[in-house]
Amino acid sequence: MKAIVWQGTNHVGVETVPDPTLLLPTDAIVKITSTAICGSDLHLLDGVIPSMEKGDILGHEFMGEVVEIGRDVKRLQVGDRVVVPFNIACGVCDPCRRGLFSACDNSNPNHRMAEALYGAVSGGGLFGYSHMYGGYAGGQAQYVRVPFADIGPHKIESDLRDEQVLFLTDIFPTGYQAAENCAIVPGRDVVAVFGAGPVGQFAARSAQMLGAAHVIVIDRVPERLSMAEAAGCQTINYEQDDVMVALREATGGRGPDHVIDAVGMEAHGHGPGAIVDTAKQRLKLSFDRITALRWAIMSCAKGGTVSMPGVYGGLIDKLPMGAAFAKGLTFKMGQTHTQRHIAPLLGRIEAGEIDPSFVITHRATLDDAPELYKTFRDKHDGCIKVVLDPWG
Amino acid sequence: MTPADSPPDPSSGQPSSAPPPPSSTGAHMAPAERSVVGTLGVALMGAGLRGGTPLQKLVLGSVGAGLAAMAATGRNPLATALKIRQTQSGDVLVSDAVTIGRPADDLYAHWRDLASLPRVMTHLQRVDVLDETRSRWTVTAPTGEVSWEAEITADEPGRRLAWQSLPGAAIDNAGEVLFRPAPGDRGTEVIVRLTYRPPGGTAGAVLARVAGEEPAQQLRDDLMRFKREQELGFAPTTEGQSSGRAAAGRIA
Repeated sequence: MKAIVWQGTNHVGVETVPDPTLLLPTDAIVKITSTAICGSDLHLLDGVIPSMEKGDILGHEFMGEVVEIGRDVKRLQVGDRVVVPFNIACGVCDPCRRGLFSACDNSNPNHRMAEALYGAVSGGGLFGYSHMYGGYAGGQAQYVRVPFADIGPHKIESDLRDEQVLFLTDIFPTGYQAAENCAIVPGRDVVAVFGAGPVGQFAARSAQMLGAAHVIVIDRVPERLSMAEAAGCQTINYEQDDVMVALREATGGRGPDHVIDAVGMEAHGHGPGAIVDTAKQRLKLSFDRITALRWAIMSCAKGGTVSMPGVYGGLIDKLPMGAAFAKGLTFKMGQTHTQRHIAPLLGRIEAGEIDPSFVITHRATLDDAPELYKTFRDKHDGCIKVVLDPWG
Repeated sequence: MTPADSPPDPSSGQPSSAPPPPSSTGAHMAPAERSVVGTLGVALMGAGLRGGTPLQKLVLGSVGAGLAAMAATGRNPLATALKIRQTQSGDVLVSDAVTIGRPADDLYAHWRDLASLPRVMTHLQRVDVLDETRSRWTVTAPTGEVSWEAEITADEPGRRLAWQSLPGAAIDNAGEVLFRPAPGDRGTEVIVRLTYRPPGGTAGAVLARVAGEEPAQQLRDDLMRFKREQELGFAPTTEGQSSGRAAAGRIA
């Protein structure tokens, strides 16, 4: 089959690789009908995520049709149309039973790698995302092996198009969980979203769905800001305005009640802090550039929430902890517990509250993917979200 | 019931079946090891004084002085640096814990079936049950196969199982596994503590560690394997999945 393969830092390619097979009786094989490139794939491209190996198949946002099931799979049948969460969960361990699916105890076979880096804990496995997270082959391919097939995949039984449901696999639940983590008081709370990439777009719209009185989106890319404006958000271009002043003005001097950092560890930023972060990252002294997180903490209102769907990988410094303490902020973060959000969010799509396909700017085939990774990374050509047809 | 060899520790707040807490000072050398290391250190210092290039003198002299200092203080700083833990009596201690979503009685029953332990503990070659309390354990070691007889010294169904090697064992060792209800509905906390006297004392333990034999990591892996066997009934894997690496994927 055809697949997008990681070939080293800044190199992805299209290769012909063996078709996946069932490895355990709880596996299924899914023929992929639509897959996407995610912003966090760019961290893999950039080589800032440790434990990638040459030859790894990328991709964690995909959906398709079940073509084969293991003998212990009960809830799926060949022919089912499914969306598959990007995170892999066993469904029986204590975190899974509490709905913390991305913190699954059991689905990561390389638990010792994560424990060595992060202490005596290991999150669950992820599709197409480094060996620290299990090293599972991803879904930017024509077929994929789906482990724990009774737990993750969710059947789509309505006639919604792939483009309307594909993002239930990651970016929609990720943006939604970021907004949900803010515990927004409807009609009262003002929410600021740093980063107007796909997750930021869904976080802003989710904050609106959860009743935010006002949503402000901060970015530097005009077409991303336009997309947020189209949803009725106020926008701030941080290259043209002083973010802190603009946010104070927009909130009567209080600051936003909740701030969502939808940027994560590769913030561009500017000023001395951003230069130091970038230099340290290049020298491998640090993985993370944290301009967005600093702004989030500094701008957030007293008693507010800093919600972090953006990915962080390693250690950070120059974190304004004094400001966080002085204002009594709450921090909420972590991988998305996708499995618990899919059914309710599918309900909202079916009810016409949101059509997630608004975020798509580019449609292509697997053969175009290596080029589009770079277009997406460099934010050229108005690129916000790429969807790939593996059979095109 | 409290076995005679492990008095209750009033400070720990643990159940009375817990053994005394390990020494946290780490890496005490036994007298025989001290004298061997001291002799070697003095010999190296002597060789350094006698001849060679200035660099050789410096290297031999400082390594020798380091070894002599280890012998004089009775501490092995390498063992301490590698976080090799020891009991007061000088045995190496390895311990770890895992929470498993199953009742203590079930987990105890699996552990009490000693012959089945090699399924979970991969470095165990086999355990032959000799009678109600005695068994023969065989492990693969860097030097080949090593086996010894062990005896169960405490058996509290659903709570604790302890064992100790019998005199004459190639590697003197003892171990215990505790089963403790986890707060809430989380199942059972399984705590394993193993002690052994490595051939070659702390130096042997350091060498084994440097050679990649890491009992602490082995125990951690074993406990995760046990948890997954008990909670899932199988081990998750990516072994044999497709990739862009030539050797991977389907074997036709």
